Amino acid sequence: MRTSFVWVANGMAGLVVAPAALANGWNMPVGVSDLSQEIHSLHMTIFWICVIIGVVVFGVMFYSLFKFRRSRGAKAANFHENTVVEVIWTAVPLLILIGMAVPATATLKKMYDASDAELDVMIIGQQWRWRYEYLGEEVAFNSSLSTPRAQVRGEEPRGEHYLLEVDNPLVLPINRKVRFLMTSDDVIHSWWVPDFAVKQDTIPGFVNENWVRINEPGIYRGQCAELCGMDHGFMPIVVHAMEEEEFDTWLAERREEAEQEAMGVDREWELEELMERGEGVYASICASCHQPEGQGSPPAFPALAGNQRLLDDADWHLDTVANGVPGTAMPAFRSTLNPVELAAVVTWTRNAWGNDTGDAVQPSAVVEKLAQ
Amino acid sequence: MAPKLPLHHPVQQSSTASDAGQASAHAAPPRGLMRWLLTTNHKEIGSLYLIFSLTMFFIGGIFALVVRAELFQPGLQLVNPEFFNQMTTMHGLIMVFAAVMPAFTGLANWMIPLQIGAPDMALPRLNNFSFWLLPVAFTLLLSTLLMPGGGPNFGWTFYAPLSTTYAPPSTTFFILSLHIAGISSILGAINIIATILNMRAPGMRMMDMPLFCWTWLITAFLLIAVMPVLAGVITMMLMDINFGTHFFNAAGGGDPVLFQHLFWFFGHPEVYIMILPAFGIVSAIIPTFARKRLFGYASMVYATAAIALLSFLVWAHHMFVVGLPLAAELFFMYTTMIIAVPTGVKVFNWITTLFRGSITFEPPMLFALAFVVLFTIGGFSGLMLAIAPADFQYHDTYFVVAHFHYVLVPGAVFAIMAGVYYWLPKWTGHYPNVKLAQWHFWLSVVGVNLTFFPMHFSGLAGMPRRIPDYALQFADFNLVSSLGAFLFGASQLLFVAVVILCVRGGEKAPARAWEGAEDLEWTVPSPAPLHTFETPPTFQRHEH
Amino acid sequence: MSQPERRSPNPGVRRTVVRSVATLVGMFAFAFALVPLYDVFCRVTGINGKVDTTAQALLHEGVDDSRFVTVQFITRNGAGLPWNLEVETHQVRVHPGQSTEVGFTFHNASGEGTWGRAVPSVSPSNANRHLRKVSCFCFEEQHLEAGERLELPLVFQLARDLPPEVNTVTLVYTLYPVDREGAARQARVADSKGGEA
Repeated sequence: MRTSFVWVANGMAGLVVAPAALANGWNMPVGVSDLSQEIHSLHMTIFWICVIIGVVVFGVMFYSLFKFRRSRGAKAANFHENTVVEVIWTAVPLLILIGMAVPATATLKKMYDASDAELDVMIIGQQWRWRYEYLGEEVAFNSSLSTPRAQVRGEEPRGEHYLLEVDNPLVLPINRKVRFLMTSDDVIHSWWVPDFAVKQDTIPGFVNENWVRINEPGIYRGQCAELCGMDHGFMPIVVHAMEEEEFDTWLAERREEAEQEAMGVDREWELEELMERGEGVYASICASCHQPEGQGSPPAFPALAGNQRLLDDADWHLDTVANGVPGTAMPAFRSTLNPVELAAVVTWTRNAWGNDTGDAVQPSAVVEKLAQ
Repeated sequence: MAPKLPLHHPVQQSSTASDAGQASAHAAPPRGLMRWLLTTNHKEIGSLYLIFSLTMFFIGGIFALVVRAELFQPGLQLVNPEFFNQMTTMHGLIMVFAAVMPAFTGLANWMIPLQIGAPDMALPRLNNFSFWLLPVAFTLLLSTLLMPGGGPNFGWTFYAPLSTTYAPPSTTFFILSLHIAGISSILGAINIIATILNMRAPGMRMMDMPLFCWTWLITAFLLIAVMPVLAGVITMMLMDINFGTHFFNAAGGGDPVLFQHLFWFFGHPEVYIMILPAFGIVSAIIPTFARKRLFGYASMVYATAAIALLSFLVWAHHMFVVGLPLAAELFFMYTTMIIAVPTGVKVFNWITTLFRGSITFEPPMLFALAFVVLFTIGGFSGLMLAIAPADFQYHDTYFVVAHFHYVLVPGAVFAIMAGVYYWLPKWTGHYPNVKLAQWHFWLSVVGVNLTFFPMHFSGLAGMPRRIPDYALQFADFNLVSSLGAFLFGASQLLFVAVVILCVRGGEKAPARAWEGAEDLEWTVPSPAPLHTFETPPTFQRHEH
Repeated sequence: MSQPERRSPNPGVRRTVVRSVATLVGMFAFAFALVPLYDVFCRVTGINGKVDTTAQALLHEGVDDSRFVTVQFITRNGAGLPWNLEVETHQVRVHPGQSTEVGFTFHNASGEGTWGRAVPSVSPSNANRHLRKVSCFCFEEQHLEAGERLELPLVFQLARDLPPEVNTVTLVYTLYPVDREGAARQARVADSKGGEA
């Protein structure tokens, strides 16, 4: 008896310690918002309810399998129905479930209340990256996976944040209610950051609303959570949550950058400048389909290196990048890339990999073409 | 199985044979291939379904092994993401439509007439047609892998617009193959309902039927109700792709979310279609090997009916993160939680059947007991998924993959295997080899748990579904899952060996192959003659 | 033993089959009926952010001065239509009951005439039923020549019974191309056939 008591006590201690030990990398994160913590509690509650029911039910089952073995001489009893028992084990689970439903309802109502937000961010899912636009701020940028493909192929050692790192993270202030307006430009994607317990499908042609109030500064990583085609596994989310003053400073800096970019449209750019800028844009936006060396993946993704039509027809080239090719996987980049980026990436493509046209496409020319 | 039946060929019994569909067979019975192409005999058709299903199980399994081989380690080593997406999609489609559903249909064909004392199914020629549609449908589906642009790559749930505007050219053939498979299921369901309602032995009331017949009857009603909805959805897809309509395209005023509502209105009852017959099989096996009547028969019938009815009211729990209005989200959370109640009732009834029984552990019983434990674990993760706020963290992660694989693999598939082990003596006249069956069982149990249990953790830790490569913190879980998958896959070869050996020989089984077996099928000889119950039996019901 | 008999189909079987087939046909029709039903359900309950495409009359119910609601306008062009859609202001503050006009400008920035339309979506979904559009270009197909600009107004009113917790309503318009070519080609074929008869 003493021995079994010790076993039970140890077991129970383990049960208490285990979840904490398991939390790191085995369990849902508690997260950094009030709601994520509520959700974590709901999760642990339903989990323990299931464990307890499982222990009882399997306990009776294994006891029966052991005690009533024919090889031990068990003789089968005769009973085969009992209405009272049926009523009890219908009613008791029902009551437990009603008990669960009450806190779940309360939490769900909070999740749906995106009112009175202090900052609105538009999140646009694209194949295969995210775009973030700070509403009312003229600050907008794309966020693409920055893990080198060489790491994916195993040619280089993998970094700590393999597949969970991007070139431009979403930057948010802590302690402010942030409202997300989410949509997609092509297929259904889903924006998910486990530490915020925010996940929402982004549906083309529709806008969904969600919100978060982050309590702790830090870097939080998530992934696209709805199959969206080839690179569904390669469009992560990184959020950099910072103190409010820091955020305000960051936002002001980005606003200025955007203004500079807008003004940069008017001046004349050198070929080297355009090439440098264009190389970066190509790597984060175009390379996943058209490949780093421009070789493409025909027929779905044409080669750009040595592409005769591209070399001969600069106008068509710019038009294709800006307006896409309907009916194919080539999207219209006019709403993803600004005129400087468009000019730079077209310049890069026209000169890289031996294409060598010597053309430098000016941002001002792009603006003219877009505005006609 | 069937190859043994020539001993009891209709020619010898032509004086009593009266199948509506075999009038000409008695003059000159077809041999070889034509025999199988033209048979209208429920036993032969049952065998055809089972062999087809087993073959497709291996094909779908190989697709899964391609997936697990790629996911064995981080990085892309074996396949590119486009092909990976085709593998996951085809694995799902084949397992759902070509392995699990036909297996249950095969068991229904073999056993329902025997259990109700009928000479055959109500519509034997329709039965033949229903079967032969399947090889056509799935040859077409598998051939899409070889078409330009590849096969379907949008998940077995084929959400629009990924499956319409952005889909490969083969999608139209995918839709056609699903239509053909759907027609097969529908015709089979009509046959089953007509048989059960009209051809029971005199004296057998509905509430006297074995539970396998009840669960299949209810399943057949579900099929008739929802397969046409699937047909409607895929027709709308076809029209969006080829005829410029805009059902699911926002540009034209349509709505991608409408697709999900329509699909899951079919899809949720579909998963109950894949489990209710399993409940029936387990409800036959446990009483047999506990030597005790099923506890709460009436309750089991009502619970099954309740599950079927409720299954129409829960569909949007697959859509909790789509942006449903709050009222809808709450409604579907409540109905989904409620459906746990009748499911729990069934588990309690099985366990109470065991309690104070006299239990032995033959292979069918091993699989049935594993079903009860492991299906229940799948049910627990399902209950967790029902909690809508928490589902925002589970949805589209490996936690969901763990849930549905627990209810489908050690759930539906184990029940099918249990049924096969249970009824093989009736089909072949031999007991399956016990040692091999035990090896099959234990390796499968270890394999299935190694494969799918870690997925609970990788899902909770943040790994999304349908990705060909993953962040480093998920590596260990994936390693174990992949090892488990290969173990499980290899163990199924043992199952094939047991079946083939059993057909060819083994310890002879009497009519009542299992001591505690009670239903009508155990009153005919083992192996069952090609024609049984030509004259309806007198049915003795249990005294209360 | 007796001669082999052809068993005539059990009348019960026939009845079952007829009923099953009727159910089948009914469920297939139900699936298609769900398409308009879904629209009607969403419109009547206002859920899902789907908007009424028909113009609605102004409610003369007076203005609720006690509260302001911020109405945001967002325009998007993600689908390869070489147009721009601009709005004169991205945000207005209105009282429920007040009718407001906001100007939108469609601009075809390409070198050829094309068709396009703006598809709306409203957030939060429980505001949708209270957003009355008196004059709106939502879903209307517009044809613009190369370089053409077209100003169209949105006249709307938030009903007074807008739930009190809603203080911000966001209206997103997404530009999409319209495939008029296909429809026109079919119409021409039908015409020519009819003409020759």
